[in-house]
Amino acid sequence: MSALVAAPVLVPLATVVLTTLASRRPTLQQVVSFVGALIFLACAVALVASAAIDQPARTAFGSWVAPYGIEFHLDRVGAALVLITALMGAVSLLFLASDADAGPRHPLLLPLVHGVLAGVGGAFSTADLFNLYVWFEVMLICALGLFAIGGRLDQLDASFKYLVLNLLGTLLLLIAIGAVYGATGHLNFGALAEAAPALSPGLSTALLTALLLAFLIKAGSFPLYAWLPASYHTLPAPVLALFAGLLTKVGVYAVLRTVGDVFAPAPDVVMEALGWIAAATMLFGVLGAAYHWDMRRILAFHIVSQIGFILLAVALAGEAGNAATLFYTVHHIIVKANLFLIAAMIWRLTGSYDLRRIGGLYRLRPALGLLFLVPALSLVGIPPLSGFWAKLMVLQEALAQGRYAWAALALAVSVLTLYSMVKIWMEAFWKRHPDDRWQPPAATRLAPAWAATLGLAALTLVISLYPQWLLAYAQAAARTLGG
Amino acid sequence: MTAVLAATIFATVTAGVYLAMSRDVFRCVIGLALLGAAANLVLFAAGRLVSPLPAVVPVGEILLTDAANPLPQALVLTAIVIGFALVCYSLVLLLRLMRDARTDDALALRYAEPRPDDPVKPPASAADCDVAWPPEDRA
Repeated sequence: MSALVAAPVLVPLATVVLTTLASRRPTLQQVVSFVGALIFLACAVALVASAAIDQPARTAFGSWVAPYGIEFHLDRVGAALVLITALMGAVSLLFLASDADAGPRHPLLLPLVHGVLAGVGGAFSTADLFNLYVWFEVMLICALGLFAIGGRLDQLDASFKYLVLNLLGTLLLLIAIGAVYGATGHLNFGALAEAAPALSPGLSTALLTALLLAFLIKAGSFPLYAWLPASYHTLPAPVLALFAGLLTKVGVYAVLRTVGDVFAPAPDVVMEALGWIAAATMLFGVLGAAYHWDMRRILAFHIVSQIGFILLAVALAGEAGNAATLFYTVHHIIVKANLFLIAAMIWRLTGSYDLRRIGGLYRLRPALGLLFLVPALSLVGIPPLSGFWAKLMVLQEALAQGRYAWAALALAVSVLTLYSMVKIWMEAFWKRHPDDRWQPPAATRLAPAWAATLGLAALTLVISLYPQWLLAYAQAAARTLGG
Repeated sequence: MTAVLAATIFATVTAGVYLAMSRDVFRCVIGLALLGAAANLVLFAAGRLVSPLPAVVPVGEILLTDAANPLPQALVLTAIVIGFALVCYSLVLLLRLMRDARTDDALALRYAEPRPDDPVKPPASAADCDVAWPPEDRA
């Protein structure tokens, strides 16, 4: 068991090494990369299976027992998120084999992608605050590498903005960790949870504020989300889908782990502030999306908006709120990555991401039009798709707690989400192409892209039509948090 | 001693924030590096300067006098290594960025932004963006 618990880090790291060694032989590198992703997926399934029967994989490294040693602990929440990470990694690598905006193939692309997976997997597995910081840094440096290897001027520019704002978050996190250690003498989550009630209310509020500020920058929440829409659209599509699915969610997970588990119950003022930050995140994200005409920018702003929904679930707290957080996160990762991938297929067929310059795709590829509607309407929350169940859980809890303002705002934001999803569909698929002489490309290699997007859409439909198992899992996960 | 350290951290953070808010991208990165140094000092101070409590003491061992807590020192070492890597990366990135864009002004770095002369969504007024687009010598 102790070998398996390190798998979310060890498997991607081993793949990083092997793909780097194979970087001069592209075919071999691709095979190694796929095999690594599949082994990761298998390990993640085993981790979820053992977490689901209340035997969470946990180990403390170097025979230093907790709270001294660094501990990995994969409870239901962590294991589920590791599984979805592995899945996203496999899907992105599959999509990379198509010619839909996959970007020029750099020999270090695959090692860096697996590096991101190692960082995300480590962040979801660790039960140590400082170790969490280290995994955030692994993610950051690999993400920066993926931005910069393209070498285009806009990518370098985006990389700089991403670097500066994320570095600020990282430094805040480091200072907050120092303060937490100074106040409690612990970094291990379990030990911190025991030490937390002894803190004075003022100190506990200050520490939580510092930690949350750092995590919220990483999560891309209001008002510190500027790095996200400023940079994401310069990435090649499969990497973009991976980032969109995973990176901000690690920040959200860290928020959930902090206020929903380690420091639960958090002071009311912190949760109240988090709720309003979530509301503002929803609103400003969707307004940005409504303004733009570039599909990637629209979808990037929708990441921000949906982060607001997830944070709202965190802020509602309690078992229902935490269960909603996990359910929403899983649903959202699948749907959001899929939307970016389908946008890349639209780009391949029409040659532009700009909605004003494309059109007429429904006549050409009706199946793609229908495929786009599955994640798009799920993101909006149209029943019976998975987004409906996720939003229902959040709204039910908001109304049950008498948070009518937040619930009303969430519904208004959903309407605007519907507007921008319909905008993409009408402009890209329904309207005539603005250029009458436009011809679709003669030869495309989209089979892997179809496989990846259809797979994700099928997963969305399974969650939509049979939400009970995920719901039961999320509720069981919420019961283990905070105690 | 604690007061001196606190004053040092204050001065470092002040200088770091001042530089990080500069429009000159090179100064901005140097400012972030200074902020990183301040964060390391905070982390170091978290273990107390002269602590009577080492982090781990085997059963039956006698407490050393004037022993500092080793854990924050290990944390600081890790943070220094990571911070060093990030600063190196950002300097290389900057060199490339400044060479390609031929500017070090953060306001002129708008290559990842929508064009200000976008016909459907014009900027509020032309004076709002004093950056010529496209920049004349876009290498």
